[in-house]
Amino acid sequence: MQTAESRPFWEWPLKILVTIILIPKKFLDWAMNSEAFLGYLFILPSLIGFIAFFAYPAVRSVYISTLEWNLLTPAKHVGDDNYQFIYHDERFREALKTTVYYVLYNIPLQTLLALMIAVMMDKVHNSSFLRGIFVLPWLLPNVVVALLWLWMMDPSLGIINQALKQVGIGEQGFLGDPDQVIQSLAAINIWRHAGYTSILVFAGLKTIPKGLYEAAAIDGAGEIQKFLRITIPLLRPVLSFVLVTSVIGSFQVFDTIAITTEGGPAGSSRVILYYIYEQVFERRIHMGTASAASVVLFLILFTVTAIQMTFLRAGKSDLAEYS
Amino acid sequence: MMATLSKLQVKRFTRETTNHEPKKRISGSRILMWLFLILLLFVTIFPLYWVIRTAVTPPKKVYSEARALAPSDPTTQNIERVLGLISDEELTALVKKNPTISAGKLDFLHFVKNSCIVAGAITAGQTFFSSLAAYAFARLRFPLRNLIFYSYLGGLMVPSIVLFIPNFVLIRNMEWIGTYKGMIAPTFLMTPFAVFFMRQFFLNLNTDLEEAAKLDGATHAGIFLKIAMPLSKGPIFTLAILTFITSWNEYLWPFLVGRDEKVRVLTVALSVFRSQTPQGGPDWAGLMAGTIVAVIPTFLLFIFLGRKVVDSIQFSGFK
Repeated sequence: MQTAESRPFWEWPLKILVTIILIPKKFLDWAMNSEAFLGYLFILPSLIGFIAFFAYPAVRSVYISTLEWNLLTPAKHVGDDNYQFIYHDERFREALKTTVYYVLYNIPLQTLLALMIAVMMDKVHNSSFLRGIFVLPWLLPNVVVALLWLWMMDPSLGIINQALKQVGIGEQGFLGDPDQVIQSLAAINIWRHAGYTSILVFAGLKTIPKGLYEAAAIDGAGEIQKFLRITIPLLRPVLSFVLVTSVIGSFQVFDTIAITTEGGPAGSSRVILYYIYEQVFERRIHMGTASAASVVLFLILFTVTAIQMTFLRAGKSDLAEYS
Repeated sequence: MMATLSKLQVKRFTRETTNHEPKKRISGSRILMWLFLILLLFVTIFPLYWVIRTAVTPPKKVYSEARALAPSDPTTQNIERVLGLISDEELTALVKKNPTISAGKLDFLHFVKNSCIVAGAITAGQTFFSSLAAYAFARLRFPLRNLIFYSYLGGLMVPSIVLFIPNFVLIRNMEWIGTYKGMIAPTFLMTPFAVFFMRQFFLNLNTDLEEAAKLDGATHAGIFLKIAMPLSKGPIFTLAILTFITSWNEYLWPFLVGRDEKVRVLTVALSVFRSQTPQGGPDWAGLMAGTIVAVIPTFLLFIFLGRKVVDSIQFSGFK
């Protein structure tokens, strides 16, 4: 009794105060060692970014594709009208065809060239200097690449036509000629990408065990046989990656065209992305049609990628069978 | 005995070296391959040379000496002009003499500043927050972890144009059109690629050190700060380089939301400059000078970190 009375009156408040102060510290101790808490804390910013600028807009895009909306007046629900519209729109079909042509001119040549560069670097000379030079065009902005080729391919003043004139071949229209514009654009893209692709293929070549070639040589295989039976099959994972990503990229070509031809001449280089762009930022604003076209593009890319993955058996490596 | 053995070894050794000899031989196919590589090197480098040669050619000579491999009297005037380093009177006099050049005053230094702000902010934010998330995905266990990570991966599949339209609407509703914020926001907190890239690195990172630290009583936060971070300086730096180059080169998004001269970045400035065509043709000398300004950071990165960039590209391609 006596002792209890002798306790100072501020003991209890002090205890409470200390506890209150200690709670955050205890919480901090717990939090800093709790996997779940730290995990959520670490992913929180990225999750906000992902939801706000990737997940939500992806869903919203499908929603917008069912609207008739010009941003200025209230939107109107129109069901699948936008899809009907682009399905029947001659310009959209043309755009689809133009894009496919572009991809077909682009991909085989680019991949073949990259493969050749990689094999030659492997056989003749390889240094990081050489690889650096080949990758340089890929580091430049698309806008810069487009401008410099627009200048070099200029019908009258461009150095390419000047050179062609010199050797007796007539001037070519290149980007100004509806029959040459897609090939010219593909050429520009090949210039930018072949070196980059060759670097990836080259790294793939380095993973092939040299012993395989020696074994094949003992069995009497020639260079060509070795290339077709060993190099190509074992490069498959790399080549699949390269093909899948470059096809996806080519379907979305835009920057080069926006700078050089603006879809012209006479709509001959209006690719899908340029069609979408025109729906929103030229003439009248059609958010709905633009979204519908972009959703269609997504479905096309998804299908093409799925087909490629199955066809190339992208996930599996032949190397596993040897080791 | 020893002698015979070593003779045998010598014999085998010589046979082996002669076997390898054909590799060094100068054969027809080797010469062909060399020629092919040199031709490709030329095709790769010549356009870049042509940019420089046009940028230092006086505007009039661009027309009169279209075929000359080097200008007869090189000048830095074009570069000074696009950087806005010449006075208004000089510019007026210049335009009078050369009707083919752009009459408007250009200030590419201002656009360089804008590009640095936008690409710098995106690089800092994206690299930091994506690495943080990647570490959590690779090392910490928490409910829904894989589900969240795989939805990020799904984001890789969606073409950027699908996202640009709703994002444009969002940025517009927030009245961020014509601001740095608007250009930076969508890729500031993450891109699926960045998270994927760093997670792959953390997964390949040996856990021994972390296990040892755990035994010594280090907290998860401590392990992250004192062990994982210092070990991953290299890959984080690599990711930063790749992110910087990507956002520096970006065109469509800044074109959609940042056309205002105040915040305009270099790629957009070049496209606006290109669409101004004084007297028929574009102002090629000026455009090429502007192009040089736009690729200076790329070249600096390339010269100082060329090898690292090449290695990082190989790394990013494989994961």
